[in-house]
Amino acid sequence: MATVGRALLIIALCVALYGVVASIYGARLGRPAWVASGRRAVYVVAALCTGAFAILELAFLRSDFSFATVASHSSTTTPTFYKAAAAWSSQEGSLMLWVWLLSMWSSLVLFLTRRRLRRVAPYATAVLLGFAAFFAALLVFLETPFGVLAAVPAEGNGLNPLLRHPSMMIHPPMLYSGYTLFAIPFAFAVGALITRQVGAADWIRSTRRFALGAWFFLGIGILLGARWSYAELGWGGYWAWDPVENASLLPWLTGTAFLHSIMIQEKRGMLKIWNVSLVLATGILSILGTFLVRSGILDSIHAFGASTLGVPFVILITIMIAGSIGLVVWRREALRSEHRLDSLLSREAIFLANNLVLVAMAFVVFWGTFWPLIAEALTGDRRALGPPWFDRYTVPLALVLVLLSGVGPVIAWRRATASNARRNFVVPLVATLGMGVLLAALGVAQRPLAFGMFLCGTFVLASVGQEFWRGVGVRRAMTGERPPAALFSLVTRNRRRYGGYLVHVGMAVLFVGVAASTAFNNARDVRLDVGQRVAVGNDVFTYVKPTSRISTTSDGRLEKISLGSVVTVSRDGRTLSTLRPERSYFPSRDATLGPLGRFFEGEATSEIGLKAGLRGDIWAAMTPDKQALRPQIEEGDRVFAAASGKLPDAVEARLLGQALRGIADRYVADPPPATFRLITSPLVTWIWLGAIIVFLGGLIAIWPGGRDAQRRTARARHAARVAKELGTPARGPQTVSATGSAPGADLG
Amino acid sequence: MDILALLVIAATIVAAGAVLAGPLRARGVQAGDERGDRLAELQARKEAKYREIRDTEMDFKTGKLSEDDHRTLDRQLRAEAMEILRAIDDEG
Amino acid sequence: MVPARKRRIRLVVALSAAVLLAVALVYTSVNSSSKAVSPSQLVTAQVGQSYQLTGKVLDGSVQTTPDGVDFRVRDRDGSTSVPVSYTGVVSDAFREDREVIVNVRKEGSGFVGEHDSLITKCPSKFTEDATKSQKS
Repeated sequence: MATVGRALLIIALCVALYGVVASIYGARLGRPAWVASGRRAVYVVAALCTGAFAILELAFLRSDFSFATVASHSSTTTPTFYKAAAAWSSQEGSLMLWVWLLSMWSSLVLFLTRRRLRRVAPYATAVLLGFAAFFAALLVFLETPFGVLAAVPAEGNGLNPLLRHPSMMIHPPMLYSGYTLFAIPFAFAVGALITRQVGAADWIRSTRRFALGAWFFLGIGILLGARWSYAELGWGGYWAWDPVENASLLPWLTGTAFLHSIMIQEKRGMLKIWNVSLVLATGILSILGTFLVRSGILDSIHAFGASTLGVPFVILITIMIAGSIGLVVWRREALRSEHRLDSLLSREAIFLANNLVLVAMAFVVFWGTFWPLIAEALTGDRRALGPPWFDRYTVPLALVLVLLSGVGPVIAWRRATASNARRNFVVPLVATLGMGVLLAALGVAQRPLAFGMFLCGTFVLASVGQEFWRGVGVRRAMTGERPPAALFSLVTRNRRRYGGYLVHVGMAVLFVGVAASTAFNNARDVRLDVGQRVAVGNDVFTYVKPTSRISTTSDGRLEKISLGSVVTVSRDGRTLSTLRPERSYFPSRDATLGPLGRFFEGEATSEIGLKAGLRGDIWAAMTPDKQALRPQIEEGDRVFAAASGKLPDAVEARLLGQALRGIADRYVADPPPATFRLITSPLVTWIWLGAIIVFLGGLIAIWPGGRDAQRRTARARHAARVAKELGTPARGPQTVSATGSAPGADLG
Repeated sequence: MDILALLVIAATIVAAGAVLAGPLRARGVQAGDERGDRLAELQARKEAKYREIRDTEMDFKTGKLSEDDHRTLDRQLRAEAMEILRAIDDEG
Repeated sequence: MVPARKRRIRLVVALSAAVLLAVALVYTSVNSSSKAVSPSQLVTAQVGQSYQLTGKVLDGSVQTTPDGVDFRVRDRDGSTSVPVSYTGVVSDAFREDREVIVNVRKEGSGFVGEHDSLITKCPSKFTEDATKSQKS
């Protein structure tokens, strides 16, 4: 099977290369047959990649250890869900996932646009197949997932237990979906530049959809990573400005900017150079992000070692950058703006400001992430920047961003009426002022940045709330629907607007959560004896008792040994919660660690004791003192080493189990003090809630129009036609709007 | 390499080749539909313009625009919409 | 004001803000960053200076302390090692022969790790060579 898999990839590489040539040939010589063949090449590559990926997945699910990658990343004791996901925990497996996702999304997009964008599509196809060929070549020549082991081992290494968390398994596919989806607007931008179609409404409409989808998935991927970090790792944080984290954030920031500025181009034909540059930059940053994770050029917790893939990626990125700049310069005539900003008091202007802030943020993150390399290039010294530097710039920028997202909804497109705008700000400002007074009374103003964020968040919620309120009022005035129905039809008929509002509400909630949990958390690192208690902020944590358990798999094999604790949290004498933080030890296969020792010296994971709530989280992690068990373990090692080979396997296994049970029981009976990290943190859950709201809003915005919109469009067309046929163009619209009847109402 | 694998690979190559060659051998593949392209472009522009008109109406009804401003803007946008309709009609 | 003049003013304001931000970025990144070094480069370390140390945990050098861990860091491909005394959170992944990043300050003959600055590189994915099957 591995041979078939390998062959499929080689065929895919050849087909991709053929497709590049066929598409360009067909486009340049006006031969639609070749263009069609080029498009089919994408479908064929998708089918081949699906086949190859299926072979790989089957190998993992069947625990076929003749596959080298299966042997090193999975085992028979790995639960089925994680077996399937282990396929992409390796370098070669993740590349396979990347190219599979790319080919699937490309097929979908080219299928959906097969009758449109006829001039642009062939070049876009060529670019997408170029990417596919690049990754296929990596898989064929450098990092094959179908390497075969001559001696098939009986058991695999297993998946690193740190990764055995659902979030961590969905995190890569989400991220890669985001990255590969951003390759599509990139490809269509290249095509649009070559064919001078950057001003085309059709290009705008299609590109916006793809970018929105990419933004959606990439955002989920980033969020999942943050959630995993908080809920699984022992440090209690969710964002560390790690280079790889930053690398995934960069295309998301520029993508967000693009989603806003493309609307300006749609309405006013402006910012063509800006938009096409943003799209190209986002595509480049996506490839850069993919590259950074596996290159080892920056020091990161996601360090996947120096690899052989650095050079090919650098070449690809260089080509992309040079090509992008060249294309924009070559086609600069076609990128001239058709109009100018009508007024600074317009939603377009707010969007422009939002763009500047987002790009500034992206630049800050980029600079901070690559500073080690820049410094090394300039001075010979490699230098590193820590989170405080990033926070110093991103926090104020985030404040401005949230503030703008509260201003935008209140301002009309094109040119707002100043007096109306002033009036519309009254409610949000009053609400913000009120909140400000309330929070100041509670002492929140001591942390000015967090205080500022709370105020901006209030402003956003108030202004968007006002919008929803008014919108529902408009709907009810038109149709007399009851409020829930009115709200529903309001949102479904104005998906972009209200989906967008929801996204902004979600972001405000998210940032409020970040501000609160960063500025007002209380953390203690302590060493506690059983029965001891410690105060963290207003809460008292008590180490009640130690726990231990041995977990076995369904077929009786030992999966892990967990040493933990029971901790109660109380405030003013009232128990708030009981937490059970643990540390789990997975056995290592390294026999040099000792027959008993290897059960305690393999990989370890933390089980966080977490009580999440709307008002705040209580978070506890513990580290048991393994040193205290050392003497017992070492003695056991000696005994079993001496007895090795002298007992039948079954007996030895049973005695081993008993010995481990004894050590675990001893830990509970005579527990040494344990080290705890205890954190109480307000509003952390708001971060995850805010994210869910953001993605809900995104879904609403993406949701396709459907028949409803078409029907409305048809009625509107007839109305316009009526207006045209009734009188001269100048009078037409007046007639329609003066009646205020069906046509005008239909448009709403 | 066993026979089965060899057969599967050979079959795949043949199938891929057939799919790719399909459009090249078929007659009557529609010529570059220039007109269809222009029409699609105009349709997209029309949809965008209609969205603008709806947005402006929404802006007015939710109190962001005065009646005068709305009327002026609405008139201008509808005129632009009719230009697009005219162009669509011209494409015929 | 003439529209063209208004536009030019806007452009100047925007560019000035951008230049200011860029200058602030560069200035602070030069001042706030710490030198990233490997153990062999710490030979010339100055007392009181902060460094970002990257390297591998030396086999057999790990000693757990009540507040953290004492260990030695060696070059990725070499044997020069330096002692680090660290307090703060120790990741689950931390163990011998793992790559770590830690901010240190020279004190006496050894180095003191900045609180909570120890990052252990996740060893799980993309192991360097497939033959090192024991590690993951």
